[in-house]
Amino acid sequence: MSTLDTTTDVARRPFSGRRVRLGDLLLQGTAGIAALGALVLVGLIAWKVIEGARLSISTFGISFVWHVVWNPVLGREAFGAGSFLFGTAVTSIGALLIATPIALGIALFLTELAPTWIRGPVTALVETLAAIPSVVIGFWGLLVLAPLLRDHVMPALHSTLGFIPLFGPPGPGPSIFTAIIVLTIMILPIISSISRELFLGVPHELKEGALALGTTRWEMVRGVVFPYARGGVAAAMILGFARAVGEAIAVAQVIGDSLGIHVNLFFPGDTIGSKVALNALGSQSGLEFSSLFYLALILLVFSIVVNLLAQVIVRRVARKQGVAAS
Amino acid sequence: MSAADLSLLQRPNDRLRRRRAMNRGMELLALLAAALAVFILGVVVWSVAQRGASALNLDLFTKAQQAFAGPNVKQGLANAFAGTLVIVGLATALALPVGILIAIYVNEFAPPRVKYFVGLTLDVLFGVPAIVIGFFVYGLLVVGHGQSAFAGAFALGVIMLPLVARSTIEVLALVPNSLREAALGVGAPRWRMTLGVVLPQTVGGIVTGTTLAVARIAGETAPLLVTCSLAGNGIAWNPSHALQTIPVAIFEATESPYASDHALAWAGALVLVLFILFASLTARWVATRNRRKLARSR
Amino acid sequence: MMTGETKGETVFASSTIEPAVRVETKRQPLPPRERLEQVFDIQDLTAIYGSKPALKDVSMEVYKNLVTAVIGPSGCGKSTFIRCLNRMNDLVPSFRQTGTIRYHGQDIAGRDVDPVAVRRTIGMVFQRPNPFPKSIFDNVAWGLRVLGMKDDLSGRVERALTQAALWDEVKDRLKASGLSLSGGQQQRLCIARAIAVEPDVVLMDEPASALDPIATQAIEQLLHDLKSEYSFVIVTHNMQQAARVADMTAFFSISRGAEGERSGELIEYDSTEKIFTAPSDKRTEDYVTGRFG
Repeated sequence: MSTLDTTTDVARRPFSGRRVRLGDLLLQGTAGIAALGALVLVGLIAWKVIEGARLSISTFGISFVWHVVWNPVLGREAFGAGSFLFGTAVTSIGALLIATPIALGIALFLTELAPTWIRGPVTALVETLAAIPSVVIGFWGLLVLAPLLRDHVMPALHSTLGFIPLFGPPGPGPSIFTAIIVLTIMILPIISSISRELFLGVPHELKEGALALGTTRWEMVRGVVFPYARGGVAAAMILGFARAVGEAIAVAQVIGDSLGIHVNLFFPGDTIGSKVALNALGSQSGLEFSSLFYLALILLVFSIVVNLLAQVIVRRVARKQGVAAS
Repeated sequence: MSAADLSLLQRPNDRLRRRRAMNRGMELLALLAAALAVFILGVVVWSVAQRGASALNLDLFTKAQQAFAGPNVKQGLANAFAGTLVIVGLATALALPVGILIAIYVNEFAPPRVKYFVGLTLDVLFGVPAIVIGFFVYGLLVVGHGQSAFAGAFALGVIMLPLVARSTIEVLALVPNSLREAALGVGAPRWRMTLGVVLPQTVGGIVTGTTLAVARIAGETAPLLVTCSLAGNGIAWNPSHALQTIPVAIFEATESPYASDHALAWAGALVLVLFILFASLTARWVATRNRRKLARSR
Repeated sequence: MMTGETKGETVFASSTIEPAVRVETKRQPLPPRERLEQVFDIQDLTAIYGSKPALKDVSMEVYKNLVTAVIGPSGCGKSTFIRCLNRMNDLVPSFRQTGTIRYHGQDIAGRDVDPVAVRRTIGMVFQRPNPFPKSIFDNVAWGLRVLGMKDDLSGRVERALTQAALWDEVKDRLKASGLSLSGGQQQRLCIARAIAVEPDVVLMDEPASALDPIATQAIEQLLHDLKSEYSFVIVTHNMQQAARVADMTAFFSISRGAEGERSGELIEYDSTEKIFTAPSDKRTEDYVTGRFG
């Protein structure tokens, strides 16, 4: 988060009127340029992506965002993000819904319930899950997870819960459901590690005060730890959600690259990220490629908005805890 | 006279029993959640290890991957390993100095408002999806010039930059002010103090942070798709052309129906995962040791 | 009545020391010990953190409807002792204890005893006020809800706050955050929270040490008023406070073991008057006359 906690007021007084040293000037200059470069970089990214999307924007306008179409056939070209927006929403929200309770459970286990000797190793293991590259998870997802889901889990879900349209008849192979599971695996460590930090930060006196009344550990967690960490967990969920939305590779490998909006999770689909990844090399025309840029632009705007939102939440939480601590 | 139910200690009533059961149940769920995460990790690593080990031989590192090769042609991922080395090396060479300079500016020179904005910028940069960065670099470097390892390295460098800058800022902040004052006190100019006294204290932390960042980008695929994926056959090292990389090779194998491609990809994934695990765990272990040393010396 | 730290007059003609504090004589004399009902019967309690013994072989009784003070220099294990009484030390991973703590005849120190049930009847108020970040009402009501005492919730909350001498000050702003109160009010809120669940004993670990004198006086008055309903065990480093509020006083001190390791030990336990005017042990005498500690 952006709460940089540096303590160098001592050295910050600038050139105190005496001779300006060349060395100081050079160092501060180059370092300043580097920092400026970071700001310029963000601007450049926005500029170049918008530039690449310009053709598509001028052709389709804002309605691109919700049109469900992707026809690269020359002469009848029409592109829209609707289908992929739907796919992104379904997969990311689905992953968030499944991952959050599991992640909170892990964080609780590591902070309240596990014996001390096991906490370090299990924490390291969960972080190792985050370190595995998305292409490896996607590859594994396609060749190991997907057959398992297709042959066992999806038919079972369909036969028991088939009355819910979500669990319709299993499709030919790749599916939205597999993508949801893969995304869940990928965002689990993020939500879990942020939540773990939050739970560790709950003041010990508060927890003791609750336990001294004769409540069980779970009641204490429910009554004191969760409310205290509520804002931070919301930020963690937002960051996990953003990660799911931005994930292109692993989803591309398992979701099946199909167009259209349908409710059946067991059919293939596409998300914004996966569409971009899959078509990046095969796109036929300038317009199609520009439309891919347009999709990338949507992702960019989303990521910036979500980042700032998470910042706001973190700042509000920090302020509230500052009040509590005083 | 209090109405406390002293008998609760001997004969728990229904309510207490229910509460205890609920507590037990929740503890069990939390345990299951943690076990699930560890289990998934185990399954993934086991799958990769099992399938990758069979293709793990010397050929993997010495022969290049051939497109449309027959079943008798010996294949390997030498070209992908070479390409990954070149690209990761270039990306580090780009991101490391810039990241350190940014960190120096933020920690040693920047007024609070600027510090906040640069921090915000780094956060935003960190949050941009990798595939968007790939398209950005496409627009910047590939249009008109074609793909190249340079472009791929630049894209990976952009991803690395906030990681290196953030971790360097953290270690710089750990350097005690008394050290800075001591250097200034003997009359050293600021730049000497920063480069000669403060920075050397942070080398360990910078190495750790960079190692973690390298581990992170070694597996990145998305930014390379449009910047450095159309590589020729054969082992190549020239960064002005597109080079094959391990992550891209794995991604391409996902589309391929050939078992031999899959076998190669599993092997490549195994090496990649082993490298990342080794780098991450070592870096974290070193960091914990350094932290303990620092805490003891304070 | 506040007594200052004076080399006071000896109160009894037969007393042999000049205590550093005056013992208030207006309190009722205690009935003989055999007629007092026991709440705790502690035998050979030894408490160890990791490898360091914090308490060694403590044996004493705590009596019903009295205020029992635990005094002694810092590091003598007073907090450890009181936290043994409601199994709060269980929260520290390296903690071990031996010996028995009989509460109304039942040993609560054993592993098979559920600490949740213990803490239900033996409540605790901590050194620094630690109200929940909830409203004033919810601070008191939360425990009641969890423990299933939901009947007449607002009535119970009002009674607890009244007993804690806080009701008049907060009755118009029950929805305000508990953290918006002053330090002394927060501590009284914590007391209300503890007594709302109708415990038998209330343990207090230096309840007034973080408060100003006026707030301290309010707390001490509470102890006096509530004694008839609860039994109090209070740890304090302030001898004047012990002399003011306590009926029985236990003096702990630090002793050195065979290998030179320091641990806490119960030196003397008697009525407050005796401790402060005619202690049996020289170490007690040294402490209460201010010669050390």
